Amino acid sequence: MIDIAVDILSWILLTLGGVCVLIGGVGGLRLPNFYTRIHAASLTDTMATILIFVGMMLQSGFSLVTMKLFAIMLFLLLTGPTATYALANAALLSGLKPDAGTVTDENKERTGE
Amino acid sequence: MIIIFALFLLSLLVITALAIVRTENLFVAVMLTSIFSLLMAANFFILDAADVALTEAAVGAGITTVIFLGALALTGEREKPSSGGHSVALGTVGVLGLLIIYATFDKPRLGDPDAPVHQHVAPWYLEKTPEYIDIPNVVTAILGSFRGYDTLGEVFVVFAACIGVLFILGVRPSRQAYDRHDERFGLRHHLIPQVVGRLLIPFIVLFGLYVQFHGEYGPGGGFQAGAIVATGVILYALLEGEAEALRAVPRSVLLGLVVGGALLYGVVGVVCMLMGGAFLDYSVLSSNPVFGQQLGILIIEAGVGMAVCGALLSIFHAFAARGSIP
Repeated sequence: MIDIAVDILSWILLTLGGVCVLIGGVGGLRLPNFYTRIHAASLTDTMATILIFVGMMLQSGFSLVTMKLFAIMLFLLLTGPTATYALANAALLSGLKPDAGTVTDENKERTGE
Repeated sequence: MIIIFALFLLSLLVITALAIVRTENLFVAVMLTSIFSLLMAANFFILDAADVALTEAAVGAGITTVIFLGALALTGEREKPSSGGHSVALGTVGVLGLLIIYATFDKPRLGDPDAPVHQHVAPWYLEKTPEYIDIPNVVTAILGSFRGYDTLGEVFVVFAACIGVLFILGVRPSRQAYDRHDERFGLRHHLIPQVVGRLLIPFIVLFGLYVQFHGEYGPGGGFQAGAIVATGVILYALLEGEAEALRAVPRSVLLGLVVGGALLYGVVGVVCMLMGGAFLDYSVLSSNPVFGQQLGILIIEAGVGMAVCGALLSIFHAFAARGSIP
């Protein structure tokens, strides 16, 4: 009984994680400019990582694999946001201004702003 | 199920390769080659070649990308517009591609136990490894002992590559150039990468040592470990500036690692000869032949790790120092 409950819970988490990856991917393609796009992509780094890894840990039961999965999750949770920060910082330094309006990168290039 | 993953990864490989050819921005091309290597590593892993996957991920996706970026800092970001010759190149590639596709018709099915490669020496290796060497990872047994000459050759290739790069790029810039370089490129003023990087470096080096000395029991060995330790030091160089990294691991130490690693491998072979065996026949190193084999593999793997780590770091520093010359 408890096995089935854990199984169902882990599959719910895995599915939610997959949905987060999908949202991150769609957002990375569809959102208008650079900063909003990395905002969408960072969803994959954080939320999806936690959901998918907790789901996999529940699947693996309590063993050495669980610890390895936990270590990998910790590594990804540290490096992913750092990479996003470095990306945003590099964009800011190279002169790409965050813009609250509806200006897209493509528009900017066209009008030569 | 696994075949769907394999097909997915292989189609991504083709898409990435086409994107590398099409793009004119070299920076984008470097990033795409890194993605290509990572996909290739995943492919190797699906084919159960964990040792090769580890090497590809560490060297192909990790260090090569950093060295490419170092080279890009010396040149420009844009590809030179090429003039003509497209049809000849396209024709050659087309003909060769068709030939390769034609050749695959004769290829045995994936994982076919009757394929020639599984009928030649592989069964002998699998059967004799427990008897002669008694370590679980047959790949390490083959690389270190059965085909020790090949691995010695590879170490000398790494050694020669390092010497070659140092001959071409190994100009010693002045002290002053270093300081200026640091102010421009070090990430000292960026708190988040610095904190996270400092947190990760000890674990990266520790994992490198684990891969080095666990090579007999699991995937890994000298090549992978050398690359992983080098990654840790390169991360330090990116965070603190190149001069700090050179202060932590000086040039003389790096050269010592390269030369010492290659020498260590060769010396083990000569010691085997002096003790009455053949070159690189480790059985004579101890009174128990099986333990002698294990000891020999441990020492030559250490030599390989030293040589690879030293060579990769020397090449990285050669490129980085070149970029700081005014």
